[in-house]
Amino acid sequence: MHGSRIVIVGASLAGLRAAEALRAAGHRGHLTLVGAENRPPYDRPPLSKEFLTGERTPESICLGPTAHLGLTERYGHPAVHLDTAGREVHLDDGSVLAYDGLVIATGAGPRPWAGPLPATGVHTMRTLEDARALKEALTGARRHLLVAGAGFIGCEVASAARGLGHDVTLVSGEPLPLSGATGDEAAGFLTRLHHDAGVEILTRSTVTAVHGRTRVTGVTVDNATDITTETALLALGARPHTDWLAGSGLRLERGLLTDEYTRALDAHGRPRPDIVAAGDITRFPHPHAPGPISLGHWSNAVEQARCAAHNLLHPRRPTPYRPVASFWSTQYGVRFRAVGLPRYADHAELRELDHEKRRLEVAYYRRGHLVGALTAGRAARVTAYRSELARSLAGIAPLPASS
Amino acid sequence: MKITVDMSLCESHGQCVFAAPEVFSFDEDDHLVHDAEPDDALRAKVVDAVAVCPVRAIGIEG
Ligand SMILES: Cc1cc2nc3c(=O)[nH]c(=O)nc-3n(C[C@H](O)[C@H](O)[C@H](O)COP(=O)(O)OP(=O)(O)OC[C@H]3O[C@@H](n4cnc5c(N)ncnc54)[C@H](O)[C@@H]3O)c2cc1C
Ligand code: SF4
Repeated sequence: MHGSRIVIVGASLAGLRAAEALRAAGHRGHLTLVGAENRPPYDRPPLSKEFLTGERTPESICLGPTAHLGLTERYGHPAVHLDTAGREVHLDDGSVLAYDGLVIATGAGPRPWAGPLPATGVHTMRTLEDARALKEALTGARRHLLVAGAGFIGCEVASAARGLGHDVTLVSGEPLPLSGATGDEAAGFLTRLHHDAGVEILTRSTVTAVHGRTRVTGVTVDNATDITTETALLALGARPHTDWLAGSGLRLERGLLTDEYTRALDAHGRPRPDIVAAGDITRFPHPHAPGPISLGHWSNAVEQARCAAHNLLHPRRPTPYRPVASFWSTQYGVRFRAVGLPRYADHAELRELDHEKRRLEVAYYRRGHLVGALTAGRAARVTAYRSELARSLAGIAPLPASS
Repeated sequence: MKITVDMSLCESHGQCVFAAPEVFSFDEDDHLVHDAEPDDALRAKVVDAVAVCPVRAIGIEG
């Protein structure tokens, strides 16, 4: 594979980090980076935080430089088809890229809204364009923002919008924002932050209609209550970018399924040694979870990309990918850090809760074993949890790497 | 080996602490502290730390 042609589809965090890792590991052959967006890779986490509040600029979120990598960069041209038998990637302009090795890193996008939408005033948050549009809408006079969906992105945008002095209503389908992902203790802490900041929170509620023809005028919640608004953000979760893989014979189930060695699975569940995947598009087995998981976090994209690059270059001695997941979020100046898989816990233990000092520490267990931890304002503690999780994972034998 | 951390960039994400705990740690106020001249034997871990820092705050000199 060292002197051959490798194509990376998806020019964002996972794609770029895969390119860097391939070069660092000695791949001297052709390396092509294909991206649907018409710009070099940039970093997304600031988009819903410092970019909205004006503390970070588009220039400062660039992930490059790429010049030293010797890449053929094809930005603004999405891949539309994958031919795994002929080993070809087809782009929207009709060009065809032949490969010996393929890295799939097309990430995810906002889960789309099923019904009709007004022409303007309704936003999503995934790309720099999305963030620019929302930032513009939130510039100037005090207005009302309705956030549909209280996942991390919805919560972060609510925080940024409050910081800019706007009125915010946050609609959460869960009993508390983020209770599914983090449990009741952490969700309670977080809800209080939003509450204290003056955000109106509707829980166990769903936006069922969005009104307005040219501009958004309001929404209906649970087919019953109308709320007037001037701007709406639909933050309904992520949908993996797998459309272009339809008909490729790869296994698609709410993402691209891989084995424990980052290799894409075919329809029969067999791994393909010439196709690896990394980042938000993937779903993969993990010893601490009951079934395949998708993480959708920054450090997952980085670490999985490195592992995938290694495994593509060394198909005979692949490394298993079994990360200690690690995630952060910043809301109202409070830094949340999570490690492991809190979502898959059957029991959460509250170790510290101090609203005054804005500190929180929760440990998560599954069948009596530590599977994760979440803290606010307690960075030092996370390290200890992380080490314990790493030890626990090291004690579980990986599945054999047979193909 | 000499390393620098641009503290104006560092957001205490702690990814470097995970990658190279011998070199990076947090004090009680969540501020990052680091060994500015770690042993060369730790180079691979420090290179990892540089790669996983979300804000690219860490630099290696020599
Ligand atoms: C607003 C926001 C805030 C976030 N905040 C945090 C945070 O605080 N902490 C954290 O840990 N994580 C955060 N994340 C998650 C993190 O940014 C993602 O995990 C990371 O971007 C995943 O990288 P990726 O390369 O897998 O996918 P993506 O970044 O989604 O990139 C995929 C790329 O592939 C391109 N693409 C799609 N289809 C095709 C195609 N057919 N052909 C070619 N190219 C294609 C897309 O245009 C895109 O550029 C945040 C994400 C968002 C959107
Ligand atoms: S990884 Fe980077 S941002 Fe995080 S603590 Fe280390 S230097 Fe600071």
